[in-house]
Amino acid sequence: MKALIQYISTILQGLLTLVKGMAVTGHYFFRPKLITTQQYPENRQTLKMFDRFRGEVIMPHDENNHHKCTGCGICEMNCPNGSIEIITKMIETPEGKKKKVIDKHIYHLGMCTLCNLCVKACPTGAIVMGQKFEHAVWDRTQLTKVLNQPGSELMKDVKE
Amino acid sequence: MSNNLQDKIETQEYIVNMGPQHPSTHGVLRLMVNLEGEIVKNVDPVVGYIHSGIEKMTESLAYPQIIHLTDRMDYLSAHMNNEAVALCIENALQVEVSDRVKVIRTLMAELQRLASHQLWWCVMGMDMGALTTFFYGLRDREMILDIFEETCGARLTLNYSTPGGVMFDLHPNFQKRVKEFTKYFRKVLPEYNQLLTGNVIFKERTVGLGPLSKEDAIAYGVTGPTGRASGFACDVRKHNPYSAYDRVQFNEILRTDGDTFGRYQARIDEMYESLNIIDQLIDNIPEGDYQAKMKGVIKLPEGEFYQRVETARGELGVYILSDGKKNPYRVKFRSPVFSNLWVLNHLIKGQKIADLVAVMSTLDLVIPDIDR
Ligand code: SF4
Ligand code: SF4
Repeated sequence: MKALIQYISTILQGLLTLVKGMAVTGHYFFRPKLITTQQYPENRQTLKMFDRFRGEVIMPHDENNHHKCTGCGICEMNCPNGSIEIITKMIETPEGKKKKVIDKHIYHLGMCTLCNLCVKACPTGAIVMGQKFEHAVWDRTQLTKVLNQPGSELMKDVKE
Repeated sequence: MSNNLQDKIETQEYIVNMGPQHPSTHGVLRLMVNLEGEIVKNVDPVVGYIHSGIEKMTESLAYPQIIHLTDRMDYLSAHMNNEAVALCIENALQVEVSDRVKVIRTLMAELQRLASHQLWWCVMGMDMGALTTFFYGLRDREMILDIFEETCGARLTLNYSTPGGVMFDLHPNFQKRVKEFTKYFRKVLPEYNQLLTGNVIFKERTVGLGPLSKEDAIAYGVTGPTGRASGFACDVRKHNPYSAYDRVQFNEILRTDGDTFGRYQARIDEMYESLNIIDQLIDNIPEGDYQAKMKGVIKLPEGEFYQRVETARGELGVYILSDGKKNPYRVKFRSPVFSNLWVLNHLIKGQKIADLVAVMSTLDLVIPDIDR
């Protein structure tokens, strides 16, 4: 008799724990706002990433197509996986002096681990982290980018 | 008649491969399971399917660059891995970091521990067939990841510690967000218990399953919540405090049962302790520099350096052998999951195959940390 009572009480206690769990799921079933996180593709228009978010390396240009990159190559040296290649060229300044400037700042997004070391190392703050994160492309060659825009020049007041 | 028939049918041991592509191994881990019927005779883990050669790679990298690779070992304890390498380099150079950095690192480490345990909890539920927990755990983890994203710029691969400090200063919203989170999480943590811990099916499947004695835990080098559930006092934060752990009060969670449920409960209790640590630190973050002045090219003096930290899964040791150049000569990571994995055979021998998944869940395996 005792065993029977115990048997039944175990079953009832087990059922009770199930009901307790169901209470939690039921609570959220009627309050879906509390359980959803991001409705990602739907909220694309309003989605704003945090300003420190590391999406890709970009080089900001001002309205006169000027950037701050001096072509020093420090970012290239600091990159752990060779995602940056700096190609420089020699130009002649109006005063007749030879000067080394950036020709191409090549950035391989496909290899980049977004570690922020290049941005931190750049002495002039020429490169920053961009907020774009939808990087899927059809062809991996599109992931290799030239960060300085064609025809762009070094800003006037950047110390070298 | 039936007895005779049973004598005539021959049984045979089978070797079944679980993984490398099995959802409940949480990564590419292959288990060669010797089965006799449903009984597990022997489990032989085969590792190396995502060996990434991080230890070898570090030999050709400068010290600040090494840190970002450790994100990719135990990606759920990324901050603690970063911190371990940074601390090791700072010890070698005898750089004193500011109090602010110490507190920031401790706060981040505890948030990371919470995020890791949340993910472990929801995945454990899912392994046992309770899909609901998966959504609830991830929802709460999302709040921590947002805190990370706002301050560190990344959600998973933080790369936040640098030699001598941290990458960015705390975001102005940090304190507010963390306080919101702890208040919210204290409210929902009892729901975890209501949903899974007390559940009769869950209990029937975990209580008494795969017990690990304290002696065996020590012999196998099992650390972290898994070892502490067996009574092995191995919390590095307590016994060898680093960063700001010497200025906070917290309990080391020690249990005596050591079975699957004990390991589960140890992690749930650890979440409360992490919340306590965060509460103690969040209101008094000291002022100071977030980055100590370091040389442009960091060279460690010749010699051997070792630093251990407590990640969410156990003790992580970083060993650096330096010959005075700007790259290390050899780096070795003593990763917690690698040591914890090999106790699996001991735990599961003689049990049913369905229990293998439950036992594996409470070991909290992260495969890249095994292979690194
Ligand atoms: S981006 Fe900065 S670090 Fe890189 S070459 Fe230009 S100026 Fe130098
Ligand atoms: S973010 Fe890191 S990996 Fe990417 S280009 Fe900069 S240094 Fe290289």
